[in-house]
Amino acid sequence: MSKINFFKPDKQNLNTYLYSGLFLLSISILDVFINSFFKINITFFLPNFASFLFPLILGVIGLHLIRIEFSGIKNLDLLNKNINTSTFNAVLTLIIFFIIIKSIPPVMSWFILDANIAGDSKEACSGSGACWTYIKIWFRRFMYGMYPNPEQWRINVAFIFLVALAFVGYFAGEKLKKYLTLYYVIIYPIIAYILIYYLISGGSFGLEWVETGAWGGLSLTFIVSFFCLIFCFPVGMILALGRRSDLPTIRYISIGFIEFWRGVPLITVLFMSSVMFPMFLPEDFFMDKLVRVIIAISLFEAAYVAEVIRGGLQALPRGQYDAAKSLGMGYWKMHIFVILPQALKLVIPGIANTFLALVKDTPLIFVVGLLELAGMLGLAKTNPDWLGFAMEGYVFAAIIFWIICYSMSKYSYNLELKYKTER
Amino acid sequence: MSDKIIEMKNVNKWFGDFQVLKDVNLEVQAKQKIVVCGPSGSGKSTLIRCINRLEEHQKGSIIVDGNQLTEDTKNIEKIRAEVGMVFQQFNLFPHLSILDNCTLAPIWVKKMPKKEAEDLAMKQLEQVQIADQSQKFPGQLSGGQQQRCAIARALCMKPKIMLFDEPTSALDPEMIKEVLDAMVNLAKGGMTMIVVTHEMGFAKEVADEVIFMDEGMIVEKAATKEFFANPKSDRTKLFLSQIL
Repeated sequence: MSKINFFKPDKQNLNTYLYSGLFLLSISILDVFINSFFKINITFFLPNFASFLFPLILGVIGLHLIRIEFSGIKNLDLLNKNINTSTFNAVLTLIIFFIIIKSIPPVMSWFILDANIAGDSKEACSGSGACWTYIKIWFRRFMYGMYPNPEQWRINVAFIFLVALAFVGYFAGEKLKKYLTLYYVIIYPIIAYILIYYLISGGSFGLEWVETGAWGGLSLTFIVSFFCLIFCFPVGMILALGRRSDLPTIRYISIGFIEFWRGVPLITVLFMSSVMFPMFLPEDFFMDKLVRVIIAISLFEAAYVAEVIRGGLQALPRGQYDAAKSLGMGYWKMHIFVILPQALKLVIPGIANTFLALVKDTPLIFVVGLLELAGMLGLAKTNPDWLGFAMEGYVFAAIIFWIICYSMSKYSYNLELKYKTER
Repeated sequence: MSDKIIEMKNVNKWFGDFQVLKDVNLEVQAKQKIVVCGPSGSGKSTLIRCINRLEEHQKGSIIVDGNQLTEDTKNIEKIRAEVGMVFQQFNLFPHLSILDNCTLAPIWVKKMPKKEAEDLAMKQLEQVQIADQSQKFPGQLSGGQQQRCAIARALCMKPKIMLFDEPTSALDPEMIKEVLDAMVNLAKGGMTMIVVTHEMGFAKEVADEVIFMDEGMIVEKAATKEFFANPKSDRTKLFLSQIL
């Protein structure tokens, strides 16, 4: 048997190194685990400082011993290649791993073990954890804002219809496929508007009129994001084309428009839409606050979308334009069939980025008195009966926003894969 | 062989201060095959790009098939639909299948019914021997196949004139032949062709006339045999001695 060199693990004594390394590693993890979950310090006999670093040192030595390249054991090689390439990486791996172990018990106890959900008043929350009772009691407000309780089914029905209509594309037959763009860009928004106007606003067909000031919560987040996404995209596309136009008038108007909206903070735009804009309108002309806000956000985001799309247009090789022109295509045919399909595909990540930012910007509409999810939270946390639960509220909102945004980013990633082509 | 299909008179073009075309005069008869050669930067590509107005000329006049090239976009689009072009970098549309590449312009520019356009495209793809690849995308094809598809795409517009801008320069040596073969076949079919190329073998086999350009001017224009056997200017002799 060849000599065992502690500092330089080798393949000859693979098993010796492997077992001793794994042994040390498991002791170090066990130590942190027991410390974290049962609050028992198994190295109490060591000085404070040494006791603290004990698992890290043991772990690093353990990882050092099993760092044998091309050992032939699949999992070990995988581990070495991914998280254990050098001492520095081993330390980072251990620290991250320990932080995760350490943070599980407090997070668990706040979220579940010490949390309350029973009861219907502040007094029911006696534990040291989260007070989900608060979310439970306020849930309808968070979802529907000040929309009257007996009428809330109207929002649900409208949303179910909207989601169902959005999936039409999946079931369209071959013959109808070519009308899909038309459907999504023009017909669908109109249907959505009619649905929301007659069902959520009401006022006819025996439905009670609910003014937009009472709308709120997550449903308002959806409504605002939905219309802004739908409007800002075509406007942005036209602006992007306009900025690259050969006609100076169109080019300068586009540049001016884009630079104006990009240079102004969204909060100012919202203020202007609700305070200044009505001053310029004739007195008998009325435009709903929500509509004004949606137009303002759409134009604001359109400027960003325009610049993203322009990036895609510029990334296309000039040969694509030459080829399309040489086949006799005019400006619009060239852009619709050749340039835009390729440019838009290139900018899917950038567009997704802008759209995510848009969704997360919607809470700003509180400045004009519209309270979507985050706005309702702000209202609820100042209610005298429910003081002191800001944390629960914000965690709740964070989770919901994260779910929305993560699904959007997943969707955009799928689109990217779907439309990937080789050059 | 008497009707003029292209007539260029005193064509001048500048890129900024740099003059790329200097008083170029050129007449092309229908069904004539012309090869344009010359060192790089001599204005060969610019010359043929002016014919379908991918580049604008600033002075002089260009008449293609009886139409004067002017600012009028409708007029330009009409001329472009009659003038096919094949590029050095193929410039296929990567998001469309080979078949769709070929049918796009006939359907949307010429308003041809889809069925008819597809039949025509398949016929043209067969001519260049890539009919079996029609459902693939450009990125899945070799360079030679892509260039042959580009030729088929241009032919689907039933052009009267075909322009080739160094069609074989971006190809691997073993693929050049397949593209040249397709071009030779096209020439035998009686197409009017203007070809910018360094393939002198092709010029000798196909061309009626060879034009030698240098520094934006047509230095020499002669019938093919005459051009190779007996070049007049020293510049042409030097070029031929280097290239042959």
